[in-house]
Amino acid sequence: MTTYRFSVNREPVEVDVPGMRRLLDVLRGDLAMTGTKEGCGEGECGACTVLLDGMAVDSCLVPVCQVDGASVTTVEGLAPAADRLDPLQAAFLETGAAQCGICTPGMLMAARSYLDGGGGPDDHAIRDAIAGNLCRCTGYTKIIEAIALAATRRTGAQA
Amino acid sequence: MPELTTRTAPPSPVIVEPGSITPGRARGAGPLRVDGPAKLTGAAMYADDLVFPGAWYGATIRSTDAHARFLSLDLDPAFDWSTVVVVTAADIPGDNIVSSIEADQPILVPIGGEIQHHAEPLALLAAPDRATLRAARRAAHVRTEKLPAVFDPLVSDHQFAAYELSAGDPDAAFAAADLVLEGEYRVGHQEQLYIENNAMIAQPQDDGGVTVHGSLQCPYYVHAALKRGLGLDDRQARVIQAETGGGFGGKEEYPSMIALHAALLAGKAGRPVRMIYDRHEDIAATTKRHPAIVRHRTGVTHDGRLIAQEIEVVMDGGAYCTLTPVVLSRGAIHAGGPYRCPNVRIRARATRTNTPPNGAFRGFGAPQVQFAAETHLNRIAELLELSPLEIRRRNVYRVGDTTPTGQVLHDSVAGEEVLERAAEAAEFERLRAQHDAARDRRVPTDAVPVSPIRTGRERSASGIGLALAWHGAGFTGSGEVKLASVVSLELTASGEIRILTASTEMGQGTKTIFPQLVAEALDVPIDAVELAPQDTAFVPDSGPTVASRTAMVVGGLLIHAARRLRSEVEAATGGTFAATYRAYAARRGPQRVDQRFEPYPGVGFDDATYRGDAYPAFGWAACVARVEVDLDTGEVEVLDVVAADDIGRVIHPVLAEGQVEGGTLQAIGYATIEEIKLRDGRYLNDRLATYIIPTALDAPRITTILVEAPFAGAPHGAKGVGELPMDVGAPAVVAAIADATGVWIQELPASPERILAALTGAAGVAPLPPGASEPAAAGPSASEPAA
Repeated sequence: MTTYRFSVNREPVEVDVPGMRRLLDVLRGDLAMTGTKEGCGEGECGACTVLLDGMAVDSCLVPVCQVDGASVTTVEGLAPAADRLDPLQAAFLETGAAQCGICTPGMLMAARSYLDGGGGPDDHAIRDAIAGNLCRCTGYTKIIEAIALAATRRTGAQA
Repeated sequence: MPELTTRTAPPSPVIVEPGSITPGRARGAGPLRVDGPAKLTGAAMYADDLVFPGAWYGATIRSTDAHARFLSLDLDPAFDWSTVVVVTAADIPGDNIVSSIEADQPILVPIGGEIQHHAEPLALLAAPDRATLRAARRAAHVRTEKLPAVFDPLVSDHQFAAYELSAGDPDAAFAAADLVLEGEYRVGHQEQLYIENNAMIAQPQDDGGVTVHGSLQCPYYVHAALKRGLGLDDRQARVIQAETGGGFGGKEEYPSMIALHAALLAGKAGRPVRMIYDRHEDIAATTKRHPAIVRHRTGVTHDGRLIAQEIEVVMDGGAYCTLTPVVLSRGAIHAGGPYRCPNVRIRARATRTNTPPNGAFRGFGAPQVQFAAETHLNRIAELLELSPLEIRRRNVYRVGDTTPTGQVLHDSVAGEEVLERAAEAAEFERLRAQHDAARDRRVPTDAVPVSPIRTGRERSASGIGLALAWHGAGFTGSGEVKLASVVSLELTASGEIRILTASTEMGQGTKTIFPQLVAEALDVPIDAVELAPQDTAFVPDSGPTVASRTAMVVGGLLIHAARRLRSEVEAATGGTFAATYRAYAARRGPQRVDQRFEPYPGVGFDDATYRGDAYPAFGWAACVARVEVDLDTGEVEVLDVVAADDIGRVIHPVLAEGQVEGGTLQAIGYATIEEIKLRDGRYLNDRLATYIIPTALDAPRITTILVEAPFAGAPHGAKGVGELPMDVGAPAVVAAIADATGVWIQELPASPERILAALTGAAGVAPLPPGASEPAAAGPSASEPAA
């Protein structure tokens, strides 16, 4: 057991766990934050995507020892308040981009990373950004629409 | 930023007269998804998110043989077995049967019993932590004696079901036909691949009963299974659906097995047990779409009218019956495609093989047979030098036509409409003419090796393909009458309106459209209507959430219930429901309306003769796909798809489009990349790294056109949408590949290997076809539990 200190959604956390425990298990088990989902456990589906220092990673492939001192953002950290959605979540809701919802947390984090990196409403660029996140419900159509909508609104707000 | 509670106003009720057809895109926006905010913030609780203090972890010891005698379960004495719980068939208090159509599938194979397939459950373990569980699994050894196995459905001597349909005089019609074409078409397994794996948690109760929380489509299927397997009464068995991360049929029957396993362990351990599958176990053990071999012999006139169809359908049921007879029945009825043909003979059978059982998957037998029917019709069109669009215009069912079961299509017939809408929007004829010209330019004389139609100039070829399908709405035959589904609507004393149904949300939108339909019928805001949790302790049996029946059948019952409640309140108060129901409830106390399914007027089916109205109505779907085929590698990129679907009435445009888009991509995966490979009855690619599904980069742009030809028997006219797009995607893609390359792929998926083999004229490269495996050697063997 080793003590690891990092931040999750801007709050400092400290866990005393084996260093090779998956970040996914630390989040879901030790920290009781079940918003991040497991779909395959081998980095294929992207359901467990979180941001690690701003970069989208599969938390099933990240041992917690690599997270020491880092900043982790999960789906629980997106909304600005308990009863409000952030613009990306709102775009998902409006367009119907979430169906069964199990890929949604990971999809949102991949999209967040894309938008934070300056990504715009370009169809192919969005497809590329979420190519590591599998969805079986939507055909991706409305997810791409949602991310493009959020990108357009952000650009509009900045202009 | 919008508030979580913000909802757009419900669309004005869509009034579509029965008998009319409304073309084009659906209007307006429905209310925002009710379960959306929780899913978008991570607050939604799926089974594996639920916390049960003191819960143990469960695991299943599975067969590594396809067919064998289960000799013994040897527990290594070096391991401390007092720290875990072991369950075998001897611990089952009720019938060792997973309740389904036939009583053939055991919950666990008993010691001395026969193992029928790879990954079959043999014994169960539970432990307080995962490390102990893993150690226990390593210390448990299965001894078996291998038996000869059957993998080829064509040689199997055990038949699960068979149907025969006939009309007219096919033999005479074949003799009179201008052209007779024969063809064989094959499709393999497809995995549902919901992104949430199967998961079930069982909690023993003081009364000797059990409560299970899980990822599932059909609470009352699981309920029935618990009662039978554990010997419980209605109240002792309780099933609660957790948020469910996709189903597609894959959580129709197998959750019964997992719930039984979790409950057996929980009962013996005296504490909650979590049975959470990982992806490998989920793919290796749970049901798939039935593989099928479909043979067509078709007679046509010189102008392309179908005059005789002879169709043989053979489905591979796997090792146990599960839902196979019903899948096969739907397959038999849909086998001819949506076309008028006076002389028909359809023979369908499903047989047993020593492979994991196949079961429900979106489309339920119809995608398999309609891939065959559509590809065959396209080949006929090619021989007659007719456009694929034109041959369909000449044969598609119209009002008044009769189907092979003798059903007269009285109304809600929109095959022609969806066909024309899709072809027009996709510019089908214009693009097809361009590709004809391009194909003619690619003469083999200028070919490069291995790629006979590749010229130095063109590395790839474009193609466009069309497919048309029908899909029976709701259960087949007398299914709905036998189900006798019930819904309830409550008006509480404090003025809350509550829907009670067992219909589940698995992403398709039940939690949104049910309150929407009831609110519309009562003329109250959608926020005034709540939906009770899918918990068998509270909700009546509204039947399973399958067969695209939820909006049509259960939604229709809810409207009837709401209308009754409304007239009761309005008769008593003299005011409108919306203005008076709170005061009425406060004065009169709680009210409850139960609504039971009654046969749709004029709809009847005779199971004994297999004649009559196979479905109360049919939905109609057309799909036009445009592809680019790489002539060097055989890879197919599906560029865009136009999908036109008649769903009776559009309740919620965004959700309905979502169904069409998702189903279309699932069909494209079926057409191009999704394939299960077997060796000795074992799935070889039982991981997500090896069973691949389309990503966002593989997905085409999808344009959805929703057509409304309302079903007069339902109060809202809806016919269901979930399965329709699954029927047309694969034949449209295969037709587009043929348009691009000139070769027909008659076995799915149309993989690069198959396309290259077809282009080079080589023999098929189908890897490991059924029966190719070497027969299993007989004799005792020790084997490790499946990982």
